Amino acid sequence: MGDEPLVRWDWIWRNWDTGRPDSILALLESHVVMAFLPVLFGLMLAVPLGLACARWRWLYQPTVSVMNVVYSLPSIAIFIVMLAITGLGQATVIVPLTFYSLAILIPAVVDGLTSIPDHVRKSAVAMGFTPLRRLVGVELPLAVPVVLAGLRVATVSSISLVSVGALIGQGGLGYLFIDGWQRQFTTPIVVGIVATVLLAVIADGLLVLAQRLLTPWRRA
Amino acid sequence: MNWLIDFFSNPTNWSGPGGIPARLLEHLEFSVVALLLAAAVAIPLGLWVGHTGRGSFVVVVSANAARALPTLGILVLVVLLVGVGSTWPVLIPLVLLAVPPILVNTYEGVRGVDPDLRDAAYGMGLRGPQVLFKVLVPVALPLILLGLRLAAIQVVATATVAAYVGLGGLGRFIMDGLATKNYTITIGGAFLVVALALAAQAGFTLLSRVAVSPGVRRVR
Amino acid sequence: MITFEGVTKRYDDGTVAVDDLSLEAPTGAITVFVGPSGCGKTTSLRMINRMIDATGGRILLDGQDVRQIDPPTLRRGIGYVIQQAGLFPHRKIVDNVATVPYLLGWDKKRARARAMELLERVGLDAGLARRYPFQLSGGQQQRVGVARALAADPPVLLMDEPFSAVDPVVRTSLQDELLRLQSDLQKTIVFVTHDIDEAIKLGDTVAVMRVGGRLAQMAGPATLLTEPADDFVREFLGRDRGIRRLSFIPAKDVRLAAVPADLALDASGRPLGWRTTGGLLPYGTFNPERDSLRAALDAALLAVNGTAVAVDEDGRVIGVATREALDEVLGQYAARHTSPAPRDPRPEEAHRTSAAAAPGSAPEVPAEASGPDGHAPPDPGPGNHTDGEGPRG
Repeated sequence: MGDEPLVRWDWIWRNWDTGRPDSILALLESHVVMAFLPVLFGLMLAVPLGLACARWRWLYQPTVSVMNVVYSLPSIAIFIVMLAITGLGQATVIVPLTFYSLAILIPAVVDGLTSIPDHVRKSAVAMGFTPLRRLVGVELPLAVPVVLAGLRVATVSSISLVSVGALIGQGGLGYLFIDGWQRQFTTPIVVGIVATVLLAVIADGLLVLAQRLLTPWRRA
Repeated sequence: MNWLIDFFSNPTNWSGPGGIPARLLEHLEFSVVALLLAAAVAIPLGLWVGHTGRGSFVVVVSANAARALPTLGILVLVVLLVGVGSTWPVLIPLVLLAVPPILVNTYEGVRGVDPDLRDAAYGMGLRGPQVLFKVLVPVALPLILLGLRLAAIQVVATATVAAYVGLGGLGRFIMDGLATKNYTITIGGAFLVVALALAAQAGFTLLSRVAVSPGVRRVR
Repeated sequence: MITFEGVTKRYDDGTVAVDDLSLEAPTGAITVFVGPSGCGKTTSLRMINRMIDATGGRILLDGQDVRQIDPPTLRRGIGYVIQQAGLFPHRKIVDNVATVPYLLGWDKKRARARAMELLERVGLDAGLARRYPFQLSGGQQQRVGVARALAADPPVLLMDEPFSAVDPVVRTSLQDELLRLQSDLQKTIVFVTHDIDEAIKLGDTVAVMRVGGRLAQMAGPATLLTEPADDFVREFLGRDRGIRRLSFIPAKDVRLAAVPADLALDASGRPLGWRTTGGLLPYGTFNPERDSLRAALDAALLAVNGTAVAVDEDGRVIGVATREALDEVLGQYAARHTSPAPRDPRPEEAHRTSAAAAPGSAPEVPAEASGPDGHAPPDPGPGNHTDGEGPRG
């Protein structure tokens, strides 16, 4: 490598938006899709599953155990297994990441629901809330902060994990790592790392903002 | 299932430097060393920040950002910069991966100790370090061990990517199988990684049974 | 003795928590700091063991400025009890109690033996010693908190709203327990509460504080009830001050009459009721050796004929007290307190002096020093509390 600089800025300008699928902008776009859809799907599944676990406590321990196993599966291995099922496509990455998100979000939903003070729940019952109204009007809003904390971890992890998909040809910005490695060229790798972290920081910031807007009663 | 039987019944998979025992040992070595290094950094830092309250904002924000670092990208960058030949390049991304969960849980554990308890401890004449080690650490131990457990699972699962840059460990089976389209080996390797991660999980559960006082054990 | 000399606590943002506080908490007596939230009572307490450092003035512990003592060393010599007990959840009860002995380097066996002794002393079963705090009720935890504070036998005990978090029944029993312990131990206790009834029940001296960290009045509880220094103290004391004051007059001076024929007794001499043609009517009892005039009057009010039944420790009738007999005692008592003493125009100053000075120099309430009260003497000798406890029981 010798006097090769860590980052060659001209490479970034040339590859920023070439219109081809391996341009930085195109990779960023597919990265965003593959990182956010799993979190979204994960949330959609985690809320009903978490509610079920909070309602029937005996479900919780087995669910958590299963989720712990899911969490310990190496992502690359799952991607490969998925390859056999879905073929090469974004779904190969999105489906396993959905399960990772689920592993983080179900405990968050359950913790959120069980963290509601008993007197609040009881007074809602006493005032004549029906179970559904109580859920929508009282319990879910009060669980939001804990769920959002889980959502932040899930989002950031998801953004970071997508790049592993590059090993099977679907990894968004992860492609830059493979490309850089194969060409022994550091610029794309640095670009990939920086872009991934920036993406995560922005997403995290938006979630913090969402938490402020959604739970004004917690602003001290 | 048949693939697994094929993989484990094949005698060539059990002997030599590429055999299961050797790969398992390599994988264990990366993981344990990375976890120990991360713990050596994250636990003292988490204790200090949680105890003094100084720099907590910086720690939480940077730990969250560190979760976003793509392990694959860091790995290829480190190897490109320092060259292959030793195992330590793979340690850097793994340590970076393990620090945030340990750090955040240690910090939260210490910070979350009931202020009355701290007050009573100081009020009885314990000095700062005594308050930390005789009261705060034992009470925060469940969370500290939880952080270590989460880190261990992630490290074991993610150490597989070391194989991508030509390093050993169980990831070799996954990568080699992928390269030769021999998915029997890939699935077998993935199975071993999961087994190792679950063993780590069981190990930490056992450890917390032994190390955590029954007075602070919480149902998790 | 704990002495506050012009103690002030001013925070960086300019808030004054305690303002120029001067008072003395006498050795071997319970001094209660009471007041509404924000009056600086807890801050004042926490400045004694340097959990908070004063920004002005000094606090002396038996003549030594606490600022000259290294905080941990200072604190190991002062028992400290807080509202939620603050027990270490990871340690068994016995080891919680032995915390300070361990810190002081006692060997394990001796520390544990001491802890067991104290658990018994605060009325806890020895079987609880091997349990963890979460396995105990709130009241039990609070008893452990008291035992822990006493473990190294410190001469001074600081109690910061120790009984506020338990239910009223448990609270009453904890208060009685504390008075019983104190009659044996004669510690110098500073006790913080927002509950004026608790202050009156427990305090040998009560310091009423007002918002802004100023002392409103410091006096014995009986004096406080009859002579509140100003409207703030009067309002804070609440209603029925006269009746509540009766708690401090022992019933032993009440003249007893012979048991009349219409009081029905059982075989062992315990009362059954007042006989009438329609059957037995309700009665009330008091124990002249143990109870206060308030209890005697209450017993009289329970009976239709206005006569209280006096009983001994075993509940056997020893005589009756008519309303006239009670009136006599009330009359004697009132006579001793109706001659107004010369008043200082600034009541706050007057009371501060009265509480801080030697018994002879508090001329305004002469009866207090030798009277039946037993609370007001600012320098109570040993045994004072045993006397004082009687009428409260």
